[in-house]
Order: sequence, then structure tokens, then C-alpha cells
Amino acid sequence: MSTGKKLFIKGNEAVAYGALAAGCKCFFGYPITPQNDIPEFMSKAMPKAGGQFVQAESEVAAANMLLGAAACGVRAMTSSSSPGVSLKQEAISYMAGSELPGVIVNMNRGGPGLGDIGPSQGDYFQSVKGGGHGDYRTLVLAPGNCQEAYDLTMLAFDLAYKYTNPVLILGDAILGQMKEPVSVGEPIAVDEAEGGDWKLTGAKGRPYRILKSLHLEEGSLAEHNLKLAAKYESMRGEVRFESFETKDAELVVVAYGSIGRIVKTVVRKLRQEGLKVGLFRPITLYPYPSAALVELAQEGKRFLTVEHNMGQMIEDVRLSLCGLADSAFFGFPPGNMPTPEDFEQPVRQALGR
Amino acid sequence: MTEKIAFERPKPLADRATHYCPGCSHGIVHRLVAETLQDMDLVENTIAVSAIGCSVFLYNYIMVDTVEAPHGRAPAVATGVKRARPDRFVFTYQGDGDLASIGMAEIMHCANRGERVSVVFVNNTIYGMTGGQMAPTTLVGQKTTTCPSGRCRDSEGMPIRMAEIIASLGGTAYASRVAVDTIKHLNQAKKALRKAFEVQVNGLGFGFVEFLATCPTNWKMSSIDANKRIAEEMIPYFPLGDFKDVTTGKGVC
Repeated sequence: MSTGKKLFIKGNEAVAYGALAAGCKCFFGYPITPQNDIPEFMSKAMPKAGGQFVQAESEVAAANMLLGAAACGVRAMTSSSSPGVSLKQEAISYMAGSELPGVIVNMNRGGPGLGDIGPSQGDYFQSVKGGGHGDYRTLVLAPGNCQEAYDLTMLAFDLAYKYTNPVLILGDAILGQMKEPVSVGEPIAVDEAEGGDWKLTGAKGRPYRILKSLHLEEGSLAEHNLKLAAKYESMRGEVRFESFETKDAELVVVAYGSIGRIVKTVVRKLRQEGLKVGLFRPITLYPYPSAALVELAQEGKRFLTVEHNMGQMIEDVRLSLCGLADSAFFGFPPGNMPTPEDFEQPVRQALGR
Repeated sequence: MTEKIAFERPKPLADRATHYCPGCSHGIVHRLVAETLQDMDLVENTIAVSAIGCSVFLYNYIMVDTVEAPHGRAPAVATGVKRARPDRFVFTYQGDGDLASIGMAEIMHCANRGERVSVVFVNNTIYGMTGGQMAPTTLVGQKTTTCPSGRCRDSEGMPIRMAEIIASLGGTAYASRVAVDTIKHLNQAKKALRKAFEVQVNGLGFGFVEFLATCPTNWKMSSIDANKRIAEEMIPYFPLGDFKDVTTGKGVC
């Protein structure tokens, strides 16, 4: 958590403040609900920070502008919501293939297609399984509250440069539109040497550089894919999660983002009744905190996965628990706004109470 | 008798075998770009954006920092590059399928915003790398693998004249169409390219040059006949000349 002034802001604004604090100097946006606060904020903030704001002609263009700025080693971000993030997938795949750092924010709304403008977790698969064409992964950070939205956005820039890879912030319409007190700090000083061994600056006093994802020479693409796979494997150390009341729990509810937070309210209520239930909230969705889930399974706990979709993360939970345990599932359909009451009955049912 | 070198390879041009077909214009346009970068002392200050098509391998020939853009997106990538590094010289190199079809939105808005970038547009009226399919610039009656009876205006529309369209946009400082089929046209082409680079360097706005170019392989012509086709069939539909030139005054916003 950052020290500094405390602001009462929306999750969308917290993301924008986090980007500013992380030294973001280029923002490329396109209007789509429920993330419009981010480009609106950045259109004012970027010029003040000595950076650039472009309202792109499309999400396709915005993501490709991100690619261009990333190639220069400048901290840059784009944001959107589900239909717009689908359009960004082309550039995200190229960025992964070309090993370029950038931050992409998705304030998940209901789908498929145009869906609605309310919250949803329907983009889990798209976020954690690559999303675009080809064999690649992006780091995925899923904040559960506004402070986390700020902190994880800052972290996203560091991770993007650490791994020279796109990093996704996966929120939803609840997080984006909810106001909370958030501690924000002054922008950090970005190390000018960042990206020094690959970024494009003009080939002055050094051999010229090519940033590309095309590998036609025999063996070249296979070698590249092996290198990328090793990089994705090395991301395991970035796993983050919250365990709440899991120690003596009989049932662990697995839920992420805003839904994790709502489930937490349910856990608190049921704990007051003496029911042994806990919450496991993945914060990194890629890499997935499988090892921590395995530990809980080895302690003999039962699981219930709760999502605001018809069943996506449940597949990763089951893969993690493979052979050790299973997880029940409750899917709250996108299109409705969930409340703690919506989850209470499914949790009681899974507890057998 | 002493030997005198009258024609040297520009320094930014790599000394390597070409992958382009015999009679293809890309080599000539590459050379013009390399010469102009050298003449204007821009080589070490340049970030190029390569596009998709035969010219994706631009970076194998022109030795400057280069990022590869997805198909059609080079003007958006160039926007990101220029906004990140406003003090660098930025150009894209795109074919007609890339720029005038899949990348139409990106080129229009990049020009309209007046991004301080330069675009080298090579129009050979066909998709070269994928094997000769119809392009938005394919001439009416021209046969390709996807319009085997010849392009029909009633079902495929008319070929798109990009230089004129780009000239109509507010952010454009310079838009020109040139050809590389004769010595006279080559000299005009080099002057136009220089102007398209200068409007960027001088902060005047967006610079655009369309090169009418050959594709003997997919036109199924000899190199000589392909070169003749530029004057006989292309120039009558794609007239040469400057369609916008704002090289005096304060430029565009």
C-alpha cells in the first residue's frame, strides 16, 4: 500500500492513479462503458505528467499504439472493456511474440457479444489462456478492491518490464464504478536504463535492432516458442493470493476479484454462526496459485468455486486439485448484479448446512 | 584506364541477396528510402515500422531500428512510437493490401491526426506475398487469383486512389504519387520522398508518398512488360503528382 494522500475514488480512477504513479507516459484509449473514467482521467493527466494521450480510432489501433510505445521502452497503457479487449487481442499476441512490455486493463462487462454494461467475469478464459492467436500467456492481475486496483496497476508495469511481456489488469464493472478511499503516492522515477538492451531509440553507436514476431527460418519459431515457454514458467514466482479464514475451514470458497470480495462478506456472516468456511482469492490469475490450493486440498478441505460466469476459473481450480480433490461450482450468470445473499445459499449447500 | 565508382550502395542498405522477385520495384523503393535517410542524416535517429506483405523484410535491407506491425496497423504502431519518442524520425513502409484494405482505418486516422510520421506506400495493384489476390487498388479488368475474370466495378468496386484521399485529410502536410518506371520518374520520386520526410522533420504534419510499383510474378509478366504496364495502365488511372503540399507556413495543427 502506498503512503501519501488518501482519495475517495472509483476503481477506474484508482487504476489511472496507479498508472501515473508507476511512471506511465503514454495512454491510448477508446470509449467503452464501464471504463470511460480511465481515458477521461488520462486525457487530463498525461499532458500534465509530460506524457501523451491519444484517443484512438478503435481498440485495434489503441492496442497497436501501445505496441509502438512499448517498442520504445516507454511505460504505456491501454484500457477497455470486454468487446474492446477482444479487438485488442491481435496486438497483444504480437506484443507477446515480440516480447514487448505493456499494460492492458479490462473492466469486464457482460457478454457474449455486446452483452450489457454490467459486471461479469466472462473474460476469464480470454485473459488467462492467451486471448489472441498463437501459443502465449500474459500475466493477469485481478484486484478485488480499489486500493488493490491502484497497487496492482503499479505492479503491472514492473512485471511487464521484468518479463518484457504484456500484463493484464482484469477488473469488472463493480470494481470500475465503485468508490473507496485509496492511498495514492507520487509518481516513481522510472530508471532511464529500463529496457536498455532491447528498446528502439535509433541505432546510434550500436547495431540496429529489430523487434518482431515473424520467424520463418527453419527452427527459429520452435526455438522462440521454447524460450517463451521457459519465460512463462519463470513467472510462477509472481503468484499472489489471499487466504481468509481457511486455516480451520472445512469448505474453502474459491473466488476472485469483486466476487471474491462479496464472498468474503458471506464467509464473515457464516463464521458468526460458527460455520467453518473460508475464502481463497487468487490475485494472480496467471500464474494461477495452484500450489496454495494443493496445500489446502492436502489438509483435507472441500472446495466450492464461485464465479460471475457459467464456469471458467473452475477449470483451473480442478486442474490444480487434479487427483487430490474436486470443487463444486456455483455460477452466477452475467446480466445480474450479485449480492452476498446470492452466494449465501450455495455456500450453505456446499457446507451441507 | 582508371576505374571510377559512379554508383555506391547507400550505407543504410544491407549488402545481401534480395528475396524480392526479378523486376520487383521494392528494391528500388528500398534504395530510395535508404538514400534519403542518409542524405538527410537521419539513419541513427530513425525508428522504422515494417508492415505485412512482401516488404515485411524491410528490416533485412534497411539497417535502422525497426518494429514489425500487425497487418495494416503500421500507422497506429508508428503513432505509438512517435508519441513515445517525438524526437525520433519515424516512417512506415506499407503495401497496398496492407494500407488500403485491412489498414484503411489506421492510415486515415493517423493522417487525419497529423501524426508527425512519414508513410512510404508501395502500390502494385495486387497482394504479392500471398500469391496474387485482388487488392483494393487492382485495376478494373485486371485478373488476379480471386478475380479470375478480371476485377468488375459492379461487384468489386473501383480501385482506391489513396494519395488523393490522404490529401483530403486535415493533418496531411504532403501527399504525392510517384512512379519508379523511368529515370525521370525516379528523380521525381526521390524529391517527393524527401518532402514527405521533411514535413515530419520540420513538424509540419503527416507525409505520404505513393509509389506505383511492379509485381511481375503475380502480374504474370516479364520484368520489361511489367515496367511498361506502369505507364500504360497504372498512371492513366493513378495520376502522378503532388495532391497536397504544405511546405511553407506553419503546417497543419
